[in-house]
Amino acid sequence: MQIRIYQKERNLSPVKLLKETFLDIYKSRFLARQLAERDIKAQYRQSYLGILWAFLTPLATAAVWIFLNLSGTIQVTDTGIPYPVFAFTGTLLWSIITEAVNSPTQSTNAARGLMSKINFPKEGLIISGIYKLLFNSSIKIILLIAFVFIFGLGFHWGLLLLPFAILGALLFGITIGLLLTPLGMLYKDIGKIVTMGFSFLMYITPVVYAVPDSGLMKTIMEINPFTPVILTCRDIITGASSDYLVYFLIIMTLCIPLFLVALILYRISIPILIER
Amino acid sequence: MPNKDQEVLVKVEGLSKKFCKDLKTSLWYGVQDLLSNLKGNRAERELREKEFWAVKDISFELRRGECLGLIGHNGAGKSTLLKILNGLLNPDAGKVTIKGRVGALIELGAGFNPILTGRENIYNNGAILGFSRKEINEKLDEIIDFAEIREFIDMPVQNYSSGMKVRLGFAVAAQMEPDVLIIDEVLAVGDMGFKLKCFKTIDEILPRTAIVFVSHSMPQVSRLCNQVILMEQGKSSFQGNDIARAIDLYYNRFLNNSSQEIFSDGTFRLEKVELMGATGYEGKVPVLHWNDNLNLFFKFKVKNVKEVPRFVISIFDKEQRPIAVFEKNDKNAGLEIKDGNLEFFVNHPNLQLTKGLYSLHVLLLKMNSSGPILRMNDVLSFQIIHKEDVWPPLLLKTNYQNYSIKNLTQ
Repeated sequence: MQIRIYQKERNLSPVKLLKETFLDIYKSRFLARQLAERDIKAQYRQSYLGILWAFLTPLATAAVWIFLNLSGTIQVTDTGIPYPVFAFTGTLLWSIITEAVNSPTQSTNAARGLMSKINFPKEGLIISGIYKLLFNSSIKIILLIAFVFIFGLGFHWGLLLLPFAILGALLFGITIGLLLTPLGMLYKDIGKIVTMGFSFLMYITPVVYAVPDSGLMKTIMEINPFTPVILTCRDIITGASSDYLVYFLIIMTLCIPLFLVALILYRISIPILIER
Repeated sequence: MPNKDQEVLVKVEGLSKKFCKDLKTSLWYGVQDLLSNLKGNRAERELREKEFWAVKDISFELRRGECLGLIGHNGAGKSTLLKILNGLLNPDAGKVTIKGRVGALIELGAGFNPILTGRENIYNNGAILGFSRKEINEKLDEIIDFAEIREFIDMPVQNYSSGMKVRLGFAVAAQMEPDVLIIDEVLAVGDMGFKLKCFKTIDEILPRTAIVFVSHSMPQVSRLCNQVILMEQGKSSFQGNDIARAIDLYYNRFLNNSSQEIFSDGTFRLEKVELMGATGYEGKVPVLHWNDNLNLFFKFKVKNVKEVPRFVISIFDKEQRPIAVFEKNDKNAGLEIKDGNLEFFVNHPNLQLTKGLYSLHVLLLKMNSSGPILRMNDVLSFQIIHKEDVWPPLLLKTNYQNYSIKNLTQ
């Protein structure tokens, strides 16, 4: 028979905490799927445009930039590919990353009432968030691939790598989001700062314009860890050779241990969050 | 009866939990606790500024087949204690050991999404309660039948009545087969039929389960529980197997000795009411033995009226339910107003109310028109003592006689 002990002293062996985390993730596999299914179903049952909303906003942003560029209001550095493809891929990839950053806090916040009443494996919330992300992202990937053909870039075998690059982008976003969640749950400020910060961050990331050839912006963009994530994904789509592949791989290698650390932090902080 | 052969399923030792009164400070302490948790704090926790103990030094043991009642006024720490038992809050001191599967009836229908149908929400709710898809598939029909909503099962839950939602939630929860069950006042909602159904279910699982039950309904507590903790400001002020005593203590907390004037036309004022011949006093409350004579003395001040009113004196129990009413006086009773005073006795022989706390309400009506003159609640409280504890309001004095030839021939 299972024995649970609740007391003040925390077991702080990270290995044990991780083991418990993965055990809970395993235990919550049905819960996570069910919650994701529930949210996706509910989301589309109440709207006619339904799935369109998943990519309407990034498309609109891209359309604005395409208009600004074509009308000559704003001159951007040569992107090497047709500008509409550049803008569309940029905003779609950006929306995938920001959605991933927001996902852990959002899923946890949405279940706040539940958490203070019922004891269930909270990791299931994170996983259900990931399921939802995968669902939304797969729609966006289909759209991205559609662009490839619409703009006549043609099929190339590199496209098969796209899902893996997107998974990398998701991991990157979720790790950042999960690291912010404990504080974000305590203070609403964090959520606001994140939203605001990301609207700035977009302009120092090559989302709607390319990295300039020289100047301060070039340095900032090259340091910015979001740059390799966006650029690598885009290069895979367009079939260009990627200059940032090494930086991308370094970030991915860092993300895996950081993600585990974030999971441990999340687990430790949940009881304190419930209390407040 | 503590059943020594059964294993202890819940063991709580010196459990304490503190809360903060101020939100901003609480958030800041939250950040500090996050950090100190990372470092692994083992130091004794003291109260910081603006903090208080929500639960302090609670200890008990619970075996399979036993039910512990947690009673106390609002904010006494019952729900906090439940949350610790359920693993939602971490204690600040002490230890909880729980064996087996824990089920909690704290919120029914958790995880329901109003837009989705009842059937879909069974899966949502079940998932949160820890069922697997296979288990729910197997129990689906049973759940729908138990909730008695087969007709509406494919309708969005937002169109359900609140009663239907609760029934559906309970139907899912009832499928749990817990070793330890935690119940927090969920049974307070729903209609009579639903309540009876809940109790039937709980009765069925009780022999296999250790139950912790929080309620404000003393009849439910006395029906289910075999031990009680009365909580006051986080501490246990009474703990033991004497349910009746715990319940009396609980009610005593709500005893207000000030009587309440509900209505008055200004002509009569109650100056004194007294229970004569009390055998003792419990605090300020006079005490009678069961089957004693009840003898009440009333004194009213009267202004500008000559006519003696009709008295309706009724006895209420501690849950404010009317239990009995005394016969009204008629014109032949011989009551008289003298010098603006009306004084009289009310006698009732062999009062057979069961053990417990009672209060008197008084209503004065005009003798002829029955128009109201004065209505007062809780003019007097008194306690009946008896060695036996029974739940019905009356214990009737009874003789038993053997059926014999002698009786037949009479």
